[in-house]
Amino acid sequence: MGYPTQYRYTKEHEWIDAKGDTATIGITDYAQNELGDVVFVELPAAGTKLVAGKTFSSVESVKAVSEIYAPANGEVVEANAELHNKPETINSDPHGAGWLVKIKLANPAEVSALMDAAGYEAYIEEKKKEASA
Amino acid sequence: MESVNSPANSALRKTPLNALHRRLGAKMVNFGGWDMPVEYPRSGGLVAEHKAVRNGVGMFDVSHMGDIRIHHAKHPGGALKAVQHLTMNDASKLAIGQAQYSAMLYPEGTFVDDVIVHRLGEDDYLLVINAGTREKDISWVRKNTANFDCTVEDLSDSYTQLAIQGPRATDVLRKLTDANLDGVKNYWFTHGTVCGLKNTLIARTGYTGEDGFETYIPAEVATSERVWNAVMDAGREFGIVVCGLGARNTLRLESKMALYEHEISDSINVWEAGLERYCKMDKGDFLGRAGLEKARAAGVTRTLVGLEMVERGIARDGYRCLDESGNVIGVVTSGSPSPTLGKNIALAYVPPTMSAIRTIVCVEIRTQRCKAHVVATPFYKRLRKVSAN
Repeated sequence: MGYPTQYRYTKEHEWIDAKGDTATIGITDYAQNELGDVVFVELPAAGTKLVAGKTFSSVESVKAVSEIYAPANGEVVEANAELHNKPETINSDPHGAGWLVKIKLANPAEVSALMDAAGYEAYIEEKKKEASA
Repeated sequence: MESVNSPANSALRKTPLNALHRRLGAKMVNFGGWDMPVEYPRSGGLVAEHKAVRNGVGMFDVSHMGDIRIHHAKHPGGALKAVQHLTMNDASKLAIGQAQYSAMLYPEGTFVDDVIVHRLGEDDYLLVINAGTREKDISWVRKNTANFDCTVEDLSDSYTQLAIQGPRATDVLRKLTDANLDGVKNYWFTHGTVCGLKNTLIARTGYTGEDGFETYIPAEVATSERVWNAVMDAGREFGIVVCGLGARNTLRLESKMALYEHEISDSINVWEAGLERYCKMDKGDFLGRAGLEKARAAGVTRTLVGLEMVERGIARDGYRCLDESGNVIGVVTSGSPSPTLGKNIALAYVPPTMSAIRTIVCVEIRTQRCKAHVVATPFYKRLRKVSAN
């Protein structure tokens, strides 16, 4: 699966798609693959303040809980309610229908400091090499 | 997200099948100091592996388990005496070829480890022990049998242990052995040729709550890989899949089988764990017996129960249990979604007053308090075939 070039990425494997002062956030294909079958998602309510680098959600597979960290500062506008009944959407379409939240960015400029798709792909290649070394 | 895939670490111990697991693309984790497969994405992942064992057949590498042989007494019965002293079940009841679930206890009646005792011969026993407790167990056995007439042999690194589990396990293994598998009842074992390897131990045991076998083959890489591949080839027509420790955990949890450092530990006793049917207080003295007498007289203050989540949320190992007023009353020892039941289940220690079926127990999940209720265990019990004879 490709990594959309208009998205930005974190080392903790979140993606963020910013358009003006709003942005959509999700977890990457690499992340969903590491997790395995997603069975549960806990999402923040609209109005929740996100602090960059702090956890705002958790995604659970059968075997593990993963905390999800905010890629940027902002306020939740909408959480993806579809995920409550269909958490497996995160596995099947992590960069699309499996999005977690839409936020209003506190400072749209900070998104561009994150990795671009090429940078992220190089980063996960390193991760994969470590894992199979 | 934090990474769940650990890098290969030279400090971790490896089974003879480690390279094969990596070639199969397994996700590897550190399990008690061992570099082990947790799931195989090519099998379809944990849930698919779990369901294969419930409905068909799956194979696990469980070579990290340890093996201690107690035998070679100068006088007949010396090994039995040592085993009776070390373990809580009554090994004198075992016929040659029979095995029993048991445990080694500290003087307080808490757990050194749970074990399966196999009676190999007239006065010859094999104790299969857990991976994470290997060194502790072997030194415990040596120390506590020093004055007994027997020889203690650590065979842990001698075997590759393969668990072939599921309702079709017999169909698969039958193609590879001359042993009469139908004559081997649950918790019995036999010796036979497996994939050309003579005198191989084949036990009808497992840690999945399903029918199946555990077989012990020489721990050489080439031999281990050859047998593994032969089982896969033989199992293809039955839909065999390779399974990791993730599925092993959900399978044993549904069947309420204890995991060391979770349901049993050096601070939990036999009464609390609800394992009294494997503890024979009237067999004569044994390590832990006096402590158990004392603990029974003092009264049991916590007991292991099964929980099913009523509200949305997954209880996990270590989460606190609360009563409806918010008082801490206990702790979750194992918790997970149950692939067979489609519910979120857990095992937890709670006070006996909170252990009745349908009692509401809250589980603290991060910042939330989620309701669960006590349910009957095991959560899952396989339907056994009714024998005609």
